[in-house]
Amino acid sequence: MKRILYILSLLLLMAVMPARAQEAQADEETVDVKGIIFGHLKDSYHWHIITLGDKEVSLHLPVMLYSKVSGWHFFMSDKLGHEGSYEGFHIAQDGAYAGKLVETLPDGTELKPLDLSLTKIALAVIFNSLLLCVIVMCTARWYRRHSSTDPAPKGFVGLMEFVIAMIVDDVIKPSVGKDYKRYTPLLLTIFFFILLSNIMGLIPIFPAGANVTGNIAVTLFLALITFFTVNVFGNREYWKEILWPDVPVFLKAPVPLLPFIEIVGIFTKPFALTVRLFANITAGHAIILSLTCVIFITAKMGPAIGAPMTALSLFFMVFMNFLELLVAYIQAYVFTMLSAVFIGLSRPEEEHKEIEN
Amino acid sequence: MDLLIPEVGTLIWMLIAAGIVFFILVKWGFPAITGMVDERNEYIDKSLQAAKEANERLAGIQTECDELLKETRAEKARILKEAADRRDEIIAEAENRAKESGEKLISDAREQIRLEKEEALRSLRRQVAELSVQVAERVVLKELSTDEDQLLLIDRMIDDVKTGK
Repeated sequence: MKRILYILSLLLLMAVMPARAQEAQADEETVDVKGIIFGHLKDSYHWHIITLGDKEVSLHLPVMLYSKVSGWHFFMSDKLGHEGSYEGFHIAQDGAYAGKLVETLPDGTELKPLDLSLTKIALAVIFNSLLLCVIVMCTARWYRRHSSTDPAPKGFVGLMEFVIAMIVDDVIKPSVGKDYKRYTPLLLTIFFFILLSNIMGLIPIFPAGANVTGNIAVTLFLALITFFTVNVFGNREYWKEILWPDVPVFLKAPVPLLPFIEIVGIFTKPFALTVRLFANITAGHAIILSLTCVIFITAKMGPAIGAPMTALSLFFMVFMNFLELLVAYIQAYVFTMLSAVFIGLSRPEEEHKEIEN
Repeated sequence: MDLLIPEVGTLIWMLIAAGIVFFILVKWGFPAITGMVDERNEYIDKSLQAAKEANERLAGIQTECDELLKETRAEKARILKEAADRRDEIIAEAENRAKESGEKLISDAREQIRLEKEEALRSLRRQVAELSVQVAERVVLKELSTDEDQLLLIDRMIDDVKTGK
């Protein structure tokens, strides 16, 4: 308790001190809230780790571009420098490609190259994947070394088993139905990848802290896994229900009204998965960052307003972090559950139909 | 708006990194865990079943024991009763047989006695006859000179004896 008080007062002091120091140059620099928030939410060509005084410590990442005009380009992101341009490429400030590297052609137009750069998100994906692999394989190793007659595992392996058993029994088994065992490993992998990425996104220290599941390409990839699993392993009954559903003929014969709706439904399901996860995580990160920014904005208004607002925003930040921890779990849970439900829907049982008829 | 456009490069990195890891975990990671969890659950179910069966069997053995004990007691009683019956029977038979053989002995002895008595009577009678003859001889020797007279006298005397008897 004493230690927490100490840390809190130190933080308050830190929030107040720069305000004193900056009073002289008060109105010169305003806090770029939008820039801070979107700078975190969006992908980047380098990984900013910490700012020590004036020095920015960041990890420079390799840039790989393929342009139809000038071919392949490989360079490290520190070559981009502060103005952000190198070899005819520069980082677009606004427009559809804001924050991305675009090529300026001789005639002045801008062209988006195929961007295969190992960006911050890509590196975080690789790191998270490796971490997940280590965690799960270490857990699996325990099971390889023990037989089923041994007592149940304790500690971390026990926790993993608890979570796995909960997801399998509460989510996968009832949602998928009969042959759920075929899909269990995939759905568990998706669950743990999302959960780990969500939690890693909440830890603000390198190598965590990248907004992985708040990146729409990542969530799209995860949704595509579900999409292909559903549609590749869907049985005959599933396709019959889409193309020739069990409804009055005029709804499907001259104008395929219901089949059309069903086919749209095939694509809206992964779309919903993509957007739900992306939006939830993005919103959570945005709120926490906004609350963080409140400290710096109010600190400029002097200690009288800054100190209580800092305390208040700290309180809300702690609260939001707990909430986001819950959201991290819930979103992983929901994504897995919906994937399981979609898989279950793609494998309706034929007998069920016959009884109805 | 650019936040909402999926970047192809990220997708490709995701496909490579997450794809490989997903493949490894789906193939070797989670099946090992879920398989063993299932196995253990099965083992627990089986153990519970076995324990239940063992308990039932134990209860069965208890009743079986009681049954056996009861049966044994009944058997014991039956055997004891049989033995007693048999004993009585044997005793009765022995008594019978003893009685019979005693009776036979007595009757044999009685017969023997009767025969011996007869024998004795007969020999006695002969001796008496001889003695009488000798006595008569002596008495009559002087009176009777012929054999014919003798014989006649003898016959008369015998007849006297027979009738006199």
